[in-house]
Amino acid sequence: MVEGIQSDVQLTSWLTQGYFLFTVIHLLGLACFAYIVAKRLVPLLRAQSDPRFDQPLARLGKVLKFWFAQWRHPRYPVAGILHILIFSGFMLLAMRAFTVLMVGVSPNFVMPGLSGSAGRLYQEVTDYAATVVFLCMIFAIVRRLVFKPPRYAVPDLYGKSHTADAIFLLGLIAILMAADSLFEGLKAAAEAQQSHTAVLATVLSLPWIFCISFASASPTSLGRLYFCGYLLHESAFYFLLCYRPFGIQFHVETSLFNVYFAKLKKGTLKPVRWDVSDEKLDQVKSFGVKTFEDFTWKHMLDFYSCADCGRCSDNCPANAAGRPLSPRFLSIKARDYAFKHYPMSGHAGNGQPLIGTIYSEDEIWSCTTCGACEEECPLLIENIDKVVDLRRGMVDDGNVPQSLQKPLKSLESRGNPYGKLEKKRGDWASAKDFQQTCQVKTLDKKNGASTLFFVDSVTSYDDRMQSIARAVARILDHVEENFGILAAKEKDSGHEVRRFGDETLFRALREHNAQAIRASGVSRIVTADPHAYNALKHDYRDVPPVEHISQVLARSVNSGAIAFRAVDNHENVYTYHDPCYLGRHNGVYNEPREVLDAIPELKRVEMKRSRDRSFCCGGGGLMLFYEPQEDERIGVKRVRMAAEAGANVIVTGCPFCMTNIEDAIKVAGLEGKMSVIDLAELTDQQMVREKPVRECADEVTTELVAGR
Amino acid sequence: MTARIFAYVPHRDGVPDDCAIDLVAAAKRIDPGASSTAVVTGSGSELEAVCSALRVSYPETWKISNEALAHPNAELVRQALVNVIPAGSIVLCPHDHFGIDLAPGLSIKLNAAYVSDAVAIEGIDGDELKVVRQEFGGQVSVHARCDISSGAVITIRPGAFKSQEAAPRNGNVVAKSVDAGCVTAKRRYLQTIVAEAGDVDITKQAVLVSIGRGIQEKGNVALAEEVAEALGAAVSCSRPVVDAKWLDKSRQVGSSGKTVKPKVYLACGISGSFQHLAGLKGSPFIVAINKNPKAPIFQVADIGIVDDILEFLPEMARKVREMSAVAGK
Amino acid sequence: MEILVCVRRVPDTSENEIALNAEGNDIERDDLVYSTNEPDNYAVEEALQIVSRVGGKVTVVTVGGEEDEEVLRREMAMGASHGVLLTDDAFTRSDGRGIATILKAFVWKGNYDLVLTGVQAEDGGAQVGGMLAAMLDYPFASLVTAIEVLEGKKLKISREIEGGNKEISEIDLPCVLSIQTGINEPRYVGMRGIRAVASVPIASYGTSELRIDAASVGEAGTKVRRVDYFVPTTTKSAEILQGSREENIDKLLELIAAKGGLK
Repeated sequence: MVEGIQSDVQLTSWLTQGYFLFTVIHLLGLACFAYIVAKRLVPLLRAQSDPRFDQPLARLGKVLKFWFAQWRHPRYPVAGILHILIFSGFMLLAMRAFTVLMVGVSPNFVMPGLSGSAGRLYQEVTDYAATVVFLCMIFAIVRRLVFKPPRYAVPDLYGKSHTADAIFLLGLIAILMAADSLFEGLKAAAEAQQSHTAVLATVLSLPWIFCISFASASPTSLGRLYFCGYLLHESAFYFLLCYRPFGIQFHVETSLFNVYFAKLKKGTLKPVRWDVSDEKLDQVKSFGVKTFEDFTWKHMLDFYSCADCGRCSDNCPANAAGRPLSPRFLSIKARDYAFKHYPMSGHAGNGQPLIGTIYSEDEIWSCTTCGACEEECPLLIENIDKVVDLRRGMVDDGNVPQSLQKPLKSLESRGNPYGKLEKKRGDWASAKDFQQTCQVKTLDKKNGASTLFFVDSVTSYDDRMQSIARAVARILDHVEENFGILAAKEKDSGHEVRRFGDETLFRALREHNAQAIRASGVSRIVTADPHAYNALKHDYRDVPPVEHISQVLARSVNSGAIAFRAVDNHENVYTYHDPCYLGRHNGVYNEPREVLDAIPELKRVEMKRSRDRSFCCGGGGLMLFYEPQEDERIGVKRVRMAAEAGANVIVTGCPFCMTNIEDAIKVAGLEGKMSVIDLAELTDQQMVREKPVRECADEVTTELVAGR
Repeated sequence: MTARIFAYVPHRDGVPDDCAIDLVAAAKRIDPGASSTAVVTGSGSELEAVCSALRVSYPETWKISNEALAHPNAELVRQALVNVIPAGSIVLCPHDHFGIDLAPGLSIKLNAAYVSDAVAIEGIDGDELKVVRQEFGGQVSVHARCDISSGAVITIRPGAFKSQEAAPRNGNVVAKSVDAGCVTAKRRYLQTIVAEAGDVDITKQAVLVSIGRGIQEKGNVALAEEVAEALGAAVSCSRPVVDAKWLDKSRQVGSSGKTVKPKVYLACGISGSFQHLAGLKGSPFIVAINKNPKAPIFQVADIGIVDDILEFLPEMARKVREMSAVAGK
Repeated sequence: MEILVCVRRVPDTSENEIALNAEGNDIERDDLVYSTNEPDNYAVEEALQIVSRVGGKVTVVTVGGEEDEEVLRREMAMGASHGVLLTDDAFTRSDGRGIATILKAFVWKGNYDLVLTGVQAEDGGAQVGGMLAAMLDYPFASLVTAIEVLEGKKLKISREIEGGNKEISEIDLPCVLSIQTGINEPRYVGMRGIRAVASVPIASYGTSELRIDAASVGEAGTKVRRVDYFVPTTTKSAEILQGSREENIDKLLELIAAKGGLK
């Protein structure tokens, strides 16, 4: 065995020859990397503050779930499995890579804890890990070149295709795996030659293949190849390390941090400035994001972390409809801007306006804030806050489309976007037929109640949506809820006003409503409008807790307070459309379904895109006034999805979804073949009452009963 | 009443504007006994043609011929008029783009009172003329009194004064060019840019499906197009639809848009402002469909339907297609 | 360039229901919201765009009382450098000519290259601009939809005439122009912008500073006065079809066919 040791020493001696070279490469590589990372951090140091250092345990939990356990990846199964394999491979290979790197400088280096049998086991596992990663690279390259999943495509609008770069990187990683395997394989080959033992145990692994291939090479050749293999590995490693921060692969380094620092509270919006309190806000010179440096450091980190996977844009309703918005490119374009204006050498740029250069106005106004992109992103990148911040910047500059200026002005002067009189806000409750069956209290000094029914603007003023309000009132009556409305004292919740960037107007509306709510003395709030629900829950402070009517209904159904009679028309197939601000943003998915399933003989199907993958109806509030450039209406796409699922009745829990879907049915030419009804209206219609009342005179509901 | 009544008549290509007759009728409402004098400015053979045409309706026409006045320029016309119109006169002109340019300044230079956009004249009471105007886009009407002791300049809403067919006269033409004198102004006419013909010439259509603000958004324009297609008609619109960029300007009917003379005019979601109706000539059969039963359009329409056009139009399109299918297309 | 824009505070027709009051002599004013007259707002935006191209300042002026200051502030929030309120008891109930007289006195005090007004306000008068120009002996053009600044103290302007056509003219400065809606896309002014100018002083002038004879303005100088508001009883109106939607459509198609409208 002296020979074996000798040959081992011989191989090692080949390496030692390169000691100086390898050390230089190490130092250069690390220095380069450190320099690059430092340069990449520069804009973050100039960015706005963003408090993300609280709740470390919760954040660690997110890291475990989304980073370590790759929770979101399987949503796209093929890419998901692929990535999980690659990620696990990388995790496993980490210590091996470190060992290999060290060996060039300290030939007998062994990772602490990985000597002996543990080391051998580790070696075998990582032999296969490297092989798997290598195969994944090949598969990924083929997938990019041959199968070309559509979400990777780059529309002309956004520049050249990214495929070449992707393949280059995939190739590099494959080379890295091959180099590592070659290195190990050669070592095993040398050992096998000396000790006449069997070659590597890890049959069919890449190192094994190399081992077999070079089993009969001369010791000199082995030595030379060994040296080259090491050099290749080290070079590939450092090249990748230093190249990654120049593209989407930077996510390898930043992903951990991006997930750790991700937003904890869904549905909330970032304030204008984290470091400026509300009272001092008037002193702030400029609202919103106008230049790159107006973003917070976390937003910039988001840009670095985007892996260009395209899942966000694949799920974006605006993108699907042909609007000029692609969330993926919000990140990519900003990242490219950062790379260009904060280069490795030379002047760090500053202060160029983003709107009109990398972003277009229409692009930013097109977002419905549905949250599908954020729900999908494996790196937990946040887009809504950025869009809102960009809108704040445009509003600050007076750069608002004319179609939005009118409703904003009406909101300011009349408290609703339609310009209708304040005193008529409660008129829906005084419709003659309705008043005979249901008295709705207006809360004032003389009349109090324990529950406030917050109606909000669309339901109060729109002729069609008023029937939702009436249905809710009858339901609340039926379950003997002591409730009232604010009527003329209520103003728009301001939910969309805020998300469209007019923070000052929003705060005025909020203050007015919060005062009115507190003065009414109610201890809880119920609403049928998910946007109002989200606003009262997340945007408002110091108001009583709020529930959506579906939650009240689910509870009443489960307790028996509401009982249903069977559907009249057995031909109808129902499907539930999850409103974005009820489902995705607030996690209320089951309650509406429980209610529907409690209706006897009701046939229900699920659309392919449901629950957290629900497809936005087109947007609510001010979005109804905006005139986007688009190929097809978002709502029309949704209606077709319902038809595909085999449904002819869409049930929804939001007046804006109702508006958009009803419109879409007409535009799609599906009148008479598809209809839509609100959950509250359906409940109202199917509820069993002791005293049958002639109240369901609202045209909408009778149409359905007749099965049209 | 001794003040003379003058009517400034705009003209084009040698033909007086339709409002020439309106002005005669208005003058009669001011003072049934008085005869009005037409005043025209321009030059060359075109002006001659205009004067000939006006002899039928006006007992006297004052002709102011001047090279400088070949193209209409309110600044120049005003100077000329100031030089020839006697103090204390009443001057009428149409409330159109030229009247708006000319009349207010004229009233100052003549030191006369000014009444804008009169829709009715109720006669003279002492030193005052009683007129009816509209405010707030036609939503309310106003009785007004104008002190005419030093004369008045009054612009008349085109189409508001129906003339009684009087026997054709044979008036005389008086040359006033010399009295008008030399005119110079600090505003110079350069050119007129004619609106591009769009893909559809609404002025040649027999049936128009016209939409207004009630269509609510660009996506709904398709509903009107469906009906138009089924009827073999074209879609036109009122000004707000063009301002919102839902349709091209070439589709606009109105005083600042096109003048159309269809047989049938469906006014869908159009309130019926006079600027819009000013573009509708030739007594078409007007059908108004509007959610608001108080919309002014119902006063000028022949048939009215109180309904939501967003619901009505698709059903109408369906019905027409059914009928065509049955008729065996 | 020094530009003066005359603005007016009016009840916003799109956000109000204009109706007669109970007595029938005026409109119901209780629930009205007011804002800048829309064409005036376009005029201010145009002025701001001009000075951003050629330099200068925009001043906005209105005739009225304290309640009209809000409109000045809104236009200052938009970008006007100065706001001026012309106020005096003697000015109340001026007719168009009276307003023009007051404005003329103010223009005379200053040194403005260009004076803009909106083409008309809620009373449909469309007169103040033209009258002001005549009083000042400045050239005038109405219904302006485009302005180009030329060398040598003149402008090239486009006017909106019939049929969608445009009349192009050259006009010398100083001049008065009345601006038609649609000339540009006015920038948005929100509550924040208004708050930012909330404490900027607004100059205020009356009859003495302007040296106006009180008899020529206000009620005393009025030549045209409003007697009352009314809603006319209509003599002719449409035959309203009563029936279900389907019935109405059938009847309508019948009538259209009868008029030769169906192919």
